[in-house]
Amino acid sequence: MRQEVRLAGYGGQGIVLAGQLLGKAAAIYDGKEAVFTQSYGPEARGGASSADLVISDGPVDYPLVSRPNFLVAMFQEAYERYRPEMAPGGLLVIDTDLVKPSADEGPYRAVPATRLAEGLGKKIVANVVMLGFFTAVSGLVRREAVEAALRASLAPRLLDLNLRAFATGYDYSSGEGESSPVLSPAGGEEKGEGAVRASGR
Amino acid sequence: MKGEPAVLTGQHFLLGDHACAEGALAAGCRFFGGYPITPSTEVAELLARRLPEVGGLFVQMEDELASMAAIVGASVAGARAMTATSGPGFSLMMENLGLAVMMEVPCVVINVQRGGPSTGLPTLVGQADVMQARWGSHGDYAIVAYSPASPQECFDLTVKAFNTADRFRIPVLVMADEVVAHMMERVTIPPAEAIPRVERKRPAHGPEGNGFLPFKPDDDLIPPMVHAGEGYRVHFTGLTHDERGYPALTAPAHDRLVRRLVDKVRLRESEIVEYEEYCLEDARVVIIAYGSTARSARRAVGLAREQGIAAGLLRPITLWPFPEERVKKLAERVRAFVVPELNLGQISREVERFTSLPVLGVNHAGGAMMPPEPILEAIREVAG
Repeated sequence: MRQEVRLAGYGGQGIVLAGQLLGKAAAIYDGKEAVFTQSYGPEARGGASSADLVISDGPVDYPLVSRPNFLVAMFQEAYERYRPEMAPGGLLVIDTDLVKPSADEGPYRAVPATRLAEGLGKKIVANVVMLGFFTAVSGLVRREAVEAALRASLAPRLLDLNLRAFATGYDYSSGEGESSPVLSPAGGEEKGEGAVRASGR
Repeated sequence: MKGEPAVLTGQHFLLGDHACAEGALAAGCRFFGGYPITPSTEVAELLARRLPEVGGLFVQMEDELASMAAIVGASVAGARAMTATSGPGFSLMMENLGLAVMMEVPCVVINVQRGGPSTGLPTLVGQADVMQARWGSHGDYAIVAYSPASPQECFDLTVKAFNTADRFRIPVLVMADEVVAHMMERVTIPPAEAIPRVERKRPAHGPEGNGFLPFKPDDDLIPPMVHAGEGYRVHFTGLTHDERGYPALTAPAHDRLVRRLVDKVRLRESEIVEYEEYCLEDARVVIIAYGSTARSARRAVGLAREQGIAAGLLRPITLWPFPEERVKKLAERVRAFVVPELNLGQISREVERFTSLPVLGVNHAGGAMMPPEPILEAIREVAG
């Protein structure tokens, strides 16, 4: 089944990297087909940033996202701009502190990704906290696949922090209020180190 | 410098541009002369890091004329050589592309198409360089141009381009477009020993003695290639030349040479031409689409079939030579052709040369990927 994902925020939040990691996880480590695209303008940095993914069990023909089944918004403007394009019944995921949904917004999932990242000592891993949370609540790609993508993509000195950030976001989904059917916490993953050893490549 | 191997065997999630660069390295390309330009820049960017790792040379030239000249020189010296460009850069390469044709110097040019003419749309997609690829340099010549529709094909067809270039002693073009170049998808890179390799034909005898004719063709119309510095007496020139390589500025000499340059490719077209077929077995309406647009066309075929219309897709993998025999054959049993492309009608004219059936173009000048819907509309229109 074809699923369309849009991750959106502002330049510098690591939105593009998060999208590439998710795509790599799906295509290389989870036996799925995935296409990553991004809007490409002349700006070097700043402004709105978005990353698009099509993930499917079979070959992907048309590679662009037009009606996202999943929208991850890490910035108010991104939410306002892309929310109307979402497919009916799609899942909205936001950074609690950075996006205020409109009063008539339906069910959605929220994680204070940036605040949790600050708690880990590095605000820049907010994208990976969000990636962990999204992996848990979307059920699109297996946890082990995303962790494998992190291990394969990041420099060794950054890996521990990012795996902890990922685990923090993933585990937050079980404590945010409503139960998550895709979640199966193995326990002991709060520190992240356990998660590294628990899942081989 | 920490180095990765030249052939990154395994599965990767790669940008189309990066897949072109890895394909070049896997094919044994060890020289890149270029001038970075969007949307081909990532090809140069990756090779600037990777070529020194594998003992190759990356040179950023002063412009695209020099870039093309540099790869011709590197190839004459024996290297597999490549450049990559877009938009105005491709125009600037045309003169020395002709030099490579005339001197029979194998080389590869990646052109990541963007919106034109002129500076046009630097960051946005186009497919309007198709006829330029065929006829852009002055004079008569034959060319081979591949059209990748995915990052995997960016890798595979760049490898193939080097082999075709060396086999025929010609420049070969990889006509990507911005959408394919800037999308990431899984790319499987085979083991080094499984990468196909066609070597240049080399002289049977060493450089000793007189009477060696460096431009005397064999029966296949291709002369064995000698490299600079090997001791052969060899003269390369853009002037019309004889079998010694010396200028021969007469009508008979010119006709003989240009006919051979064209025929060495044209007579082998059936061995070069490639295409992919999708749902053509029972098709009444045939879409002919290439590059990123072929992916929209594939979707349109599915949508049409949901509505009960027997549509199918013929995707040229070589734009040049164009799969004309396949089009002629299909024309015997189908009802119409639909040709979507991000230009105002280039391959559609080629299709019209080989059929008297209706050929409906679906055209946009570029700037965004072709959506499936207008292709579906055209299918419905010709299906009646």
